[in-house]
Amino acid sequence: MTGFALPTTPTQADPDSKTDESLPDDAVVDLGAWQKQLAISGVLDRLDAELVGVHPVKTRVREIAALLLVDRLRARFALTSTRPTLHMCFTGSPGTGKTTVALRMAEILKGLGYLRRGHLVSATRDDLVGEYVGHTAPKTKAVLNRAMGGVLLIDEAYYLYRADSERDYGPEAIEILLQVMEARRDDLVVILAGYRDRMDSFFTSNPGMASRIAHHIDFPDFTLDELVRIADLMVAGESHRFSPAARQAFREYMALRMAQPRFANARSVRNAIDRMRLRQASRLVAAGALVGKDDLIRLEPADITVSRVFGTGP
Amino acid sequence: MRITQGTFSYLPDLTDEEIKAQLQYAIDRGWAVAVEFTDDPHPRNNLWEMWGLPMFDIADAAAGLAEIRACREAYPHRYVRVSAYDASYGRQTTALSFIVHRPPDEPGFRLDRQEASDRRTRYTLTPYAARQPHGRRYGEPPA
Repeated sequence: MTGFALPTTPTQADPDSKTDESLPDDAVVDLGAWQKQLAISGVLDRLDAELVGVHPVKTRVREIAALLLVDRLRARFALTSTRPTLHMCFTGSPGTGKTTVALRMAEILKGLGYLRRGHLVSATRDDLVGEYVGHTAPKTKAVLNRAMGGVLLIDEAYYLYRADSERDYGPEAIEILLQVMEARRDDLVVILAGYRDRMDSFFTSNPGMASRIAHHIDFPDFTLDELVRIADLMVAGESHRFSPAARQAFREYMALRMAQPRFANARSVRNAIDRMRLRQASRLVAAGALVGKDDLIRLEPADITVSRVFGTGP
Repeated sequence: MRITQGTFSYLPDLTDEEIKAQLQYAIDRGWAVAVEFTDDPHPRNNLWEMWGLPMFDIADAAAGLAEIRACREAYPHRYVRVSAYDASYGRQTTALSFIVHRPPDEPGFRLDRQEASDRRTRYTLTPYAARQPHGRRYGEPPA
């Protein structure tokens, strides 16, 4: 019989098979091999390679990955356990990688089979809260529907709640959010992101929200060494390269920049690199000489030291 | 009489899991899934009422299934169907449509034959439920 036959379930008992066929009590499973098969290791290794620093975050991500892995294994032995709640809260200064980790988290959870799609939907207050009566619920629901099967990242979640305004529709959005976070936690993972202190006061005024979030992860600020390593990665990503003197100059620049107001960690690094590329381009054009591939790639100290951070430039 | 309209209509009613798989199939092909309901399931009535807007940007069938459940809960005495619209150029039509909920009791249709000139016969289908006003058919309690 061919044609319209339903796909038959594989008879061979591979550890990742979706069948409910349980293992006997005395069976043993090679966890290492299984882990490889699930390809989470690849995602976790990339997390290590591409994200500098943020050790508490990496530790927590590994813990969650391990829990989900073991839970799946337990399910194979017919041990019942409820699905863990995975809603998270990421707190930290600007530019400490909250969004980047959220994106990676979606991949990891998909790799573990916790999420079906593994996409990330980013939302802010504007996407959730309506402008007039009856506008908020459909708006919030539409965003939640879009995020089903993936991760919903609510950036600066504390803007949802405005203590000073009584006619604000924020609480309505929070209410719907809480309902869905509780009732349909199999379908989506909500990640709230924002600054530490404001998030704390948000949770104080919304205790229901705090109790529904299992993982509070704090993103530490980057150290100088980490910032320079981030810069190396970013520069390599743009097909550029620091000359040794330029790296030293960049290090000095970062040390000064860190002490200044409005320092935004990795985002400041990104901006500094963008300005360096501008200066490199104008330096090359101004010189008007013969240019080779290496000249186009290399960033020189001259591209950094003119910055106003050093007090010399414009 | 169990009415048969759309895809899968000669199969037993789909379970929620099966509906979800069909929705996912439609979503993966980029079709916009919409939930519609009616208490006038005449075969020529193509325009059912819409349950919200078509879901243009969902990625996972769970979202669609939740809307179906909400619609069933709101209208347990009406027919609910899912339609998936293929917007691709050259097709631009409903690609898939199937009933996901039906009233508990379906009295069926009355067939009227009208004698016309030259022994011609004209046929008319009238749902027995349509004798009741809209909103009270298929045992729906008055609002």
